[in-house]
Amino acid sequence: MFGLKDDWSYDMPERYFTLEDYEGGVARWCPGCGDLAVLTAVQKILRDAQQVPENTVCVSGIGCSSRFPHYMKTYGFHGLHGRPLPVACGVKSRRPELDVWVATGDGDCCSIGAGHWLHAIRYNMDMVVMLFDNNVYGLTKKQTSPTSPLGLKTNTHPQGAWLPPLDPLVAMLGFTNSSFVAQTVDWNPAHLQATLHAAWQHKGLGFVRILQRCPTYTDSVFEELQKDPSRLLLLTGAKQPALAAGVARIFVNQRDHDSLDLGAARSIASSAHERVPIGVLFQDESRPRYEDFTTVGLGMTPEQKLAALERELDRFAV
Amino acid sequence: MGKSDKAQALAEPKDPTITRVEEHTIEIVSDSGEGAQKAGQAYGAISARMGNGVWTVEIIPAEIKPPARSRAGASGIRVRVGSKPVTNMGDEADLVVALNEQVLYGRIAQKAYRKGTVVLLENRWADDPQEAIRVAYAEGLRHFREQGLVVHELALESACRKVTQDVAVGKNMFVLGMLCRICGRDPQKAREEIAAVFGKKSKDVVAKNHGLFDAGWRFAEEQIPLRFLIPPAPVTSRLCVMNGNQALGLGIMAAGMEMVAMYPITPATSASHYLAGVFGKVGGCVHQAEDEIAAIGFAIGASYAGKTACTITSGPGLALKTEFLGLAVMAEIPLVVVVVQRGGPSTGLPTKVEQGDLLAVLYGQPGDAPKIVIAAATIEECFHLPIAARRLAEAFRTPVIVLTDANLATGVAPVPRPEPQPDWLAPPLDLAAWDPAVPPYDWDERSGISPRPIPGQRGGEYVLTGLAHTKQSKVAYDPDSNQNGCAARSKKLAAFRGTLVPPTVEGDPDGDLLVVGWGSSLGAIREAVDRARGEGLRVSSLHVRFLSPLEPGLAAIFARFRQVMTVEINYSDEPDAPGVGPEYRRRAQLATLLRGETLVDVDCWSNVHGQPLRPGHIHAEIARRLGGGKH
Repeated sequence: MFGLKDDWSYDMPERYFTLEDYEGGVARWCPGCGDLAVLTAVQKILRDAQQVPENTVCVSGIGCSSRFPHYMKTYGFHGLHGRPLPVACGVKSRRPELDVWVATGDGDCCSIGAGHWLHAIRYNMDMVVMLFDNNVYGLTKKQTSPTSPLGLKTNTHPQGAWLPPLDPLVAMLGFTNSSFVAQTVDWNPAHLQATLHAAWQHKGLGFVRILQRCPTYTDSVFEELQKDPSRLLLLTGAKQPALAAGVARIFVNQRDHDSLDLGAARSIASSAHERVPIGVLFQDESRPRYEDFTTVGLGMTPEQKLAALERELDRFAV
Repeated sequence: MGKSDKAQALAEPKDPTITRVEEHTIEIVSDSGEGAQKAGQAYGAISARMGNGVWTVEIIPAEIKPPARSRAGASGIRVRVGSKPVTNMGDEADLVVALNEQVLYGRIAQKAYRKGTVVLLENRWADDPQEAIRVAYAEGLRHFREQGLVVHELALESACRKVTQDVAVGKNMFVLGMLCRICGRDPQKAREEIAAVFGKKSKDVVAKNHGLFDAGWRFAEEQIPLRFLIPPAPVTSRLCVMNGNQALGLGIMAAGMEMVAMYPITPATSASHYLAGVFGKVGGCVHQAEDEIAAIGFAIGASYAGKTACTITSGPGLALKTEFLGLAVMAEIPLVVVVVQRGGPSTGLPTKVEQGDLLAVLYGQPGDAPKIVIAAATIEECFHLPIAARRLAEAFRTPVIVLTDANLATGVAPVPRPEPQPDWLAPPLDLAAWDPAVPPYDWDERSGISPRPIPGQRGGEYVLTGLAHTKQSKVAYDPDSNQNGCAARSKKLAAFRGTLVPPTVEGDPDGDLLVVGWGSSLGAIREAVDRARGEGLRVSSLHVRFLSPLEPGLAAIFARFRQVMTVEINYSDEPDAPGVGPEYRRRAQLATLLRGETLVDVDCWSNVHGQPLRPGHIHAEIARRLGGGKH
């Protein structure tokens, strides 16, 4: 009747998620903090994909940005300073189906956790790693970080930072088994979300360095970039995050870049003093992923295990 | 027969007699890479097959390839065989096969021998082309004899050369044949063992080694008029021969744990070596992390996301894991941490035994970090404790530390073959929906225990944090939350302690002295106490396995003894050392713990020589304290 087919049904998903389903309360970051933009971008990505909240785990270290998991309504692990990556890799090791996001800062990742950083890149487990790089230690109140610009006056270097900053992108593009290296900025929500989405879609460790403003301690370090988009170099090409034409138009400097070309990626990263690149510098999904090794043997039955154990004990029998 | 009769037997080659002994200890010492350990392990396994008690311990130099003929490079093995079960490496050896005189010096420095110990010494050095070596050999020979060792020079290498061109590889099976003949080992069982050891290689390899064994046997028959009988007991149950680290690996598998994250460190690593080869057969994975911190972090991540994981380490690694251990306590993450203790502090004595990490595991974290700590006393317990630890970790939602040590790690002995049970295995993950009304830390008022949501459980989403937190796992901003959280975590230990029974006193329930031990010294302590009791001394012993929470009833037991003394392998000030007295003395670790918990004046006797304790030394101390006694 009414011209409908007999097997008609109103195809409504059992669960439908709104942004609220990913929001874990009011964020307690300073007003104007760049972290807020990242939080919103991630929530939108998950909402758009209708990602089931209980299957997402946000892992972080210690620092302002590492409060990130608290403001998500997913599973979260707010652990130790510098150590989110080993934990995240452990989470993924036997639960490859979980969706893992890591929030880490420039101190957390590039200083106290630098050893883990290098190795997590090499493990290349399927997760997103967001480096919230505000060039300073914020939570402990303005100390020099490894990415602080030369001469930045901080409480540990009141006369100005002594050494030139570590460049995470140049480092990443030198680490063995890097599979996805991107950079974006917190003040362009469209590029931020598109870049994080690309990292999320990537099979392997998607590493995104986010230039992130700290309104309290380093309000001016990215001021120039923000005011003068010509200081930025927008990477374009088939594999780059899709941007609306209106957004792309802001960037007067653009470069067509094949993200499989590691040599070109290194050259772009090394020229950041001229123009700061944003977009995906490098991506290669053919790199080995560690979970392909750690998950072998998942799902063995108790009977199989006991039988194997009996055989193993027999090897010691006399 | 007394010890001197052995020497006499040697002096009368035409008339060999068989000396019947209750127990007998041999050593094979050589340069590294001469196969002494393989020969000794086989000798131990043959003895176990016969029904003898056995304890085997490897003698391991610090370097991988130390220079040949060097004292510090002594490599080899000690095997103690008895009519009854053998629980420790014993005192001085009875018989030594030494492949050069320098390594023998090395063992003499370790006080491994006594007057009357028989030495079967390779004599090819007497004709060495280098004069320095000839001189050193002659000097050694004189020196050893002056010390009372009964040295028998033998042309082992040249005898061996008659059977094989490849003496370097084959000599050990020749030595095995020799020892088996001397010590009355069953040649048929020996052939079976050799076939088992070389079975994976070709039949030719087995045949060649049987040939070497037979040649060694005949050589002893013809040239070494020395024979012992160590009567075995009938074999009534199925036995496995393994070391403590293999037992740990098997126990981890039997517990159903599937992830072991580790970083190479001596003496823990051999457990991971063993697991790496076989873990896949039960679906498990060994993760070699980039460092000790990452190893525990990875294990914690795996535990948080699902099944309880394990990390294995030794002293320096434990020091590095401290911060993550605190997090596991604070956030109540089930985790099994195995610490195979070695000498400390710092890099300390990497290959040597110590029981020096007790207080570090109990109190090594800033703040109050209660956790369950259990210590294996035997190789068999190295198998069973990981199973118990995994269950406790889950039942009480806490890290559990299992302490073993280098003595257990490298000691090899027959143990009753475990019969794996289905309920030892971890249950499969239950990802059924979580009642959102139940907070992630729904601390039970009495026990402090709370169930744990696992990622994937709908409705259980929470953010685990190392910050002080509420039941909802929200960062605590009020004064009460930290107090409440600490209390909840502490209550779990009280609840667990309520399930424990007081330890058993071995010997009379009262007396003049109670010797209290923990860990791998169980066998040596019992042997010493038995010896002293046989002499009429009123001494008993007690062994502690649960160190946190401490087993109940200790104060009441201690009150029944005139003196209580711990025997431990860790540092304590000598009571009469300069500056030390009743007002100020740093005591051994268990003694310190027991004094605090029981308010009993517990004394201690301990050292950090890096050696397993010898029953003879413990016995001497017992006798000294109890005013003489015959020893």
